Amino acid sequence: MDFRWDIVWSSFPYLLVGARATLVLTTVSVSAGIVLGTVLALMRLSRSRPLSAVAAAYIDVFRGTPLLAQILFVFYGLPQVLGFPLSSLAAGLLALSLNSAAYVAEIVRSGIQSVEKGQIEAAQSTGMTHGQIMRYIVLPQAFRRIIPPIGNEFIAMLKDSSLVSVIAMEDLMRRGQLLGSRTFRYFEVLLAVTVMYLVLTRAVSYLVGWVERRVRVAA
Amino acid sequence: MSRAARGLRMAAAVAAVLVGAALAGLLPSAGVRAGASGVPSVLRVGTDATYPPFEFVEGDEFKGFDMDLIREIGRRLGVPVVIQNVAWDGLIPGLNNGNYDVIISAMTILEERAAVVDFSDPYFTAGQVMVVRRGETAIQRPEDLRGRVVAVQINTTGQFATEQIAGVRRIDKYDTTPLAVQAVMQRSADAAVIDLAVAVQLAREFPGQVQVVGEPFTEEYYGIAVRKGRPELVQAINRALAEIKADGTYDRLYATWIRT
Repeated sequence: MDFRWDIVWSSFPYLLVGARATLVLTTVSVSAGIVLGTVLALMRLSRSRPLSAVAAAYIDVFRGTPLLAQILFVFYGLPQVLGFPLSSLAAGLLALSLNSAAYVAEIVRSGIQSVEKGQIEAAQSTGMTHGQIMRYIVLPQAFRRIIPPIGNEFIAMLKDSSLVSVIAMEDLMRRGQLLGSRTFRYFEVLLAVTVMYLVLTRAVSYLVGWVERRVRVAA
Repeated sequence: MSRAARGLRMAAAVAAVLVGAALAGLLPSAGVRAGASGVPSVLRVGTDATYPPFEFVEGDEFKGFDMDLIREIGRRLGVPVVIQNVAWDGLIPGLNNGNYDVIISAMTILEERAAVVDFSDPYFTAGQVMVVRRGETAIQRPEDLRGRVVAVQINTTGQFATEQIAGVRRIDKYDTTPLAVQAVMQRSADAAVIDLAVAVQLAREFPGQVQVVGEPFTEEYYGIAVRKGRPELVQAINRALAEIKADGTYDRLYATWIRT
């Protein structure tokens, strides 16, 4: 069996552009997911029944359906309703963000609920309002606790974002496929692509560990 | 560990090795099990059936020009034909992995492909055309694609032809041709570059939405792909093809499926 590693070396810049797309897609989507997910978690925990129900329904839909279906729906289905087209980048970002928000919402909710009741009661007895308690007592502690699961979500999204290749986004996976089917050297190319994914996920988990240590010292 | 348990484990291990050996012995032979002519006892065919009028699925049935042609070839070789639906991008790897014996999938004979698989004699002359939204007048010739987004099927001659056109803003590569044309309909792309016969078929299916513009701007030939190292099978297919062309069967198939 002869291996053509030269194809991998000469195409490395080509694959790197795909890796950059994957990284951008993941970072933007998870960031948007954190913002939207926090809002959803607060809605879910609010005393307003309708708000809580809307958030619960959202989470059910996006956690209970395949991400692939969501991506295809946003890219092919949504423009039919909106009346204007979405680029594959826009559709990919939107679908991944909406999906991530559902998972992040549950992470944030569990973080908030993990803060002991006694602290809230103590804060209430000092005369703090509900908003103040959330801002100064509950959320800072909650966010510290959810760093590891958020890191998890980041890594999961890094891998799942490969699904956007179906709507012609040239992420790392798509570029690997293109290169593979153009050179017919699947073993070498797909091995290179999987190693690149591994490097990316390792880098993210290292980064998350670093943040975690920093925050612990600060506390 | 008790004696009985050890015995059992031993027996299980031996059984596993035997089954493994049997499978290892069976698998390669399944593809090569052949008569003296090099023709397998069953002709296993790989195709990407998303390409009317050449290959598509209706109900549970494979239909189209290529499908009828390969069945006719099977009939003349005297072997049953089993068709498998495979994603375009996985067709050649699947052939080389031994998942099937031949590919017929409106596949253009290209140098890069011929380096990894063998091709039969050409059986169809095709060319690339542009498909645009109905009423689009600014795109008439390939040069008009300058600054435009073009949708193609991944790693097809449509993609390769588009890459030769100067100044195209972006080439979006979709898994199938219908998806590329869908991108044009929903305005994610300005034009699709695909095979003429397929373009005509799609324009007939969606007359209000897309139209074919211009003449084909490439000339290419479809071939049936066979794994390297099976010259007898290639020859047998070529003989059957020649017969089919000579006795009028080819023209009948052409008239049935192809409208240009």
